[in-house]
Amino acid sequence: MRRLLLALLSLACVAAASDPSERLPDAAQEARARALFEEIRCVVCQNESIDDSEADLAADMRRVVRAQVAAGRSDAEVRAYLVDRYGEFVLLKPPFSAANLALWLTPALLLAVGGGWLLWRAGRTLAQMAPEPLSEAEEAQLAALTQTEKDGHAFAPTSPREDAQDDRRVS
Amino acid sequence: MTAELGAFALALAFALSLAQLGLSAAGRGLHSPMLARAGEGAALGAFVAVAGAFLALTAAFVGSDFSVSNVAANSHTAKPLLYKVAGVWGSHEGSLLLWCLALTGFGAAVAMTGRGLPARLKASAVAVQGGLGVLFLAFAVFTSNPFLRLDPAPVEGRSLNPLLQDPALAAHPPVLYAGYVGVSVVFSLALAALIEGRVDAAWARYVRPWTLAAWSLLTVGITIGAFWSYYELGWGGWWAWDPVENASFMPWIAATALLHSAIVTEKRGALPGWTVFLALMTFSFSMLGAFLVRSGVLTSVHAFAVDPDRGVLLLAILGLTAGLGFALFAWRAPKLAPGGLFAPVSREGALVLNNLFLAVAAATVLLGTLWPLVTEALGRTASVGPAYFNLTFAPLMAAAMLVLPAGPLLAWKRGDLPGAVQRLGAAAGLALVAALAALALSDWRKAFGAVGVGLGVWLIAGAAAEVVERTRLFRASAAESWRRLKGLPRGAWGMTLGHLGLGLFVLGACVETGWKLEEARVLAPGESLAIGQYRVTLQQARVREGPNFLAERGVVTAEKANREVCTVTPERRFFPVGGQTTTEVGLCFQGLSDLYVVMGERRRTADGDPGYLVRAYWNPWARLIFLGPAIMALGGLVSLGDRRLRLAAGRRAEGQP
Repeated sequence: MRRLLLALLSLACVAAASDPSERLPDAAQEARARALFEEIRCVVCQNESIDDSEADLAADMRRVVRAQVAAGRSDAEVRAYLVDRYGEFVLLKPPFSAANLALWLTPALLLAVGGGWLLWRAGRTLAQMAPEPLSEAEEAQLAALTQTEKDGHAFAPTSPREDAQDDRRVS
Repeated sequence: MTAELGAFALALAFALSLAQLGLSAAGRGLHSPMLARAGEGAALGAFVAVAGAFLALTAAFVGSDFSVSNVAANSHTAKPLLYKVAGVWGSHEGSLLLWCLALTGFGAAVAMTGRGLPARLKASAVAVQGGLGVLFLAFAVFTSNPFLRLDPAPVEGRSLNPLLQDPALAAHPPVLYAGYVGVSVVFSLALAALIEGRVDAAWARYVRPWTLAAWSLLTVGITIGAFWSYYELGWGGWWAWDPVENASFMPWIAATALLHSAIVTEKRGALPGWTVFLALMTFSFSMLGAFLVRSGVLTSVHAFAVDPDRGVLLLAILGLTAGLGFALFAWRAPKLAPGGLFAPVSREGALVLNNLFLAVAAATVLLGTLWPLVTEALGRTASVGPAYFNLTFAPLMAAAMLVLPAGPLLAWKRGDLPGAVQRLGAAAGLALVAALAALALSDWRKAFGAVGVGLGVWLIAGAAAEVVERTRLFRASAAESWRRLKGLPRGAWGMTLGHLGLGLFVLGACVETGWKLEEARVLAPGESLAIGQYRVTLQQARVREGPNFLAERGVVTAEKANREVCTVTPERRFFPVGGQTTTEVGLCFQGLSDLYVVMGERRRTADGDPGYLVRAYWNPWARLIFLGPAIMALGGLVSLGDRRLRLAAGRRAEGQP
């Protein structure tokens, strides 16, 4: 029984992409293949890239990608080859295509709309907060008041705008 | 017998929640303090009843009562006690019971505290919380009863997924659920405020502690999950933008935004509508997360407790509660009194900007998570992986972090931006030096990592600059600064810790991602591999029997400059029940960094000797990835202890001009 269990233990393979027996001899090609692995989904797994997955199919897919890289195919060609075989589902990074436009552009659009609305509101708030120029009558009143103060009157009557000014003070 | 008591307690809890809804609503409608008090009593009763049901299920698990079908499906006599208990929330039924426990627990907490709250607002909130309890308890009682019996009872159970048999993962669901459900209080208070038609500073002040508590729990829960993933899955990945991870992250982002906008509402009475909207949104995200995780509509690497049929009922609950909430919002929010005015450059302005970035970030995560469903409905299939989030979410957060340190240095209402920038000069200089140093010490391909290092240092130095400013350090005398430092309110410390923790996290995440090393070789005992400055040697390997598994354990030593720095014992475990293999990594702590050793399968070496595939990773500054969020959560708790929050909210009017 114990020997059977041990046999099972060695069958269950924990060899993701770093497995030395799978590696390409050329370090630059290997690095390119590894970068590709991270973008490619193991199609039988529960949301894992073939870089992380220990499934047999992931190992097969890694072999295919490495063979293609070794054969001198470009990254785009390798991706196209996999999409032909497995569909767009295989790409963990959705291509920037018409069908995925909403996915890629919505964040920027939201930021622009939200930012624009905030700027518009900020402009309005600034206008509201700016002290309005005094009317002629108020100017005259102010002049009179300053005159009275210079004349030495201790208790100047409250200016009609004082309440509003008070509200604008930085707290 | 225990199981029947449990089933009874669960049904009783449902009835009491119904009573809570009815009595509190009647108390509010008829202005009857007595009925409202009765509703509060029912809330406490519902919690006690659910706690009883929970204890009954726990007893069935601990006692391995396999006549209860849930226990038979998720436990095993050979399982250690801790995992028998953790098995209670390892299934759909059990985790729903945990959810209900947290929900009624928070309901009882609202009912029993909050004496300073206006009576009508409180009665409305308790009624709404009762309504949520009714929905979720009905779901549990009528579709997901964990106490169903089996006849005949099996002799042995089917055990719990071995990946979940881990101390961190035993603690992860309860903490996370407490956070998820903690925001239900904020939801109830928001609906109550809409019903009463009044959102003011006192309301915001009462909402804040609940938000802080739930946010801290969510932070800790997510971090425990990430840490588990880091050391259990065997390749050191701590975040994969998996749908289940996103499901927990969306409420966190919304709660973070709420935490900040509630400050504006509390201090200045501004943004009442937006704060209420975020409060509704946060719990809606929680429920959406529960639906996504359980329904299995999205394939996830962490999928467990999946049940598509019953998952759809969760969607119905989500639709009903969120629908009602947002309908009420659309009706009442326009009538809310607008708060005080503020200039664009002000503390409020900075917090609004923070909310813009966080809201867009939450929407982005939502879109990326749901996109596969959208395309499926259109007849295509698509996958959205980490690359999408790295290209959208990360820049948004980077922008938010760029402006973050300026916020606390701006005055309320009208701030002095040149002044704030000037006071952040030293922080900016430090960040620039750090980023350039990171770039100089590696190469241009690490440019993104270097930007991240700069951002992390910017946040840390920015948090320090804020304390310097508040204490007038270097400008006033040392004694004066010390006096000011001691006088800082806990809320201020909480903010500083929160921002400091974020900076540490960013620093750790960027250094780990940008500079991690990986090496794998087939080693016979006595052979070694080199990684970075370390030599990793497989000393010996042997088979060991655990309580419910068999393991191949390697004894691995690590040397640096010919001096042994540590010995670790990574294992590969095989669980005969279920036939699964898991890895127990060997973690060698080196300051903030980890040397991470994984025991692989049996192989022959190049010379044909029997050996093992040994993989080693150098994860620089990985500790900060988990330490940072821990400090953030600590900031939340420190803030929670602020005197102003402990004072009854109603007293504010007397205390302040």
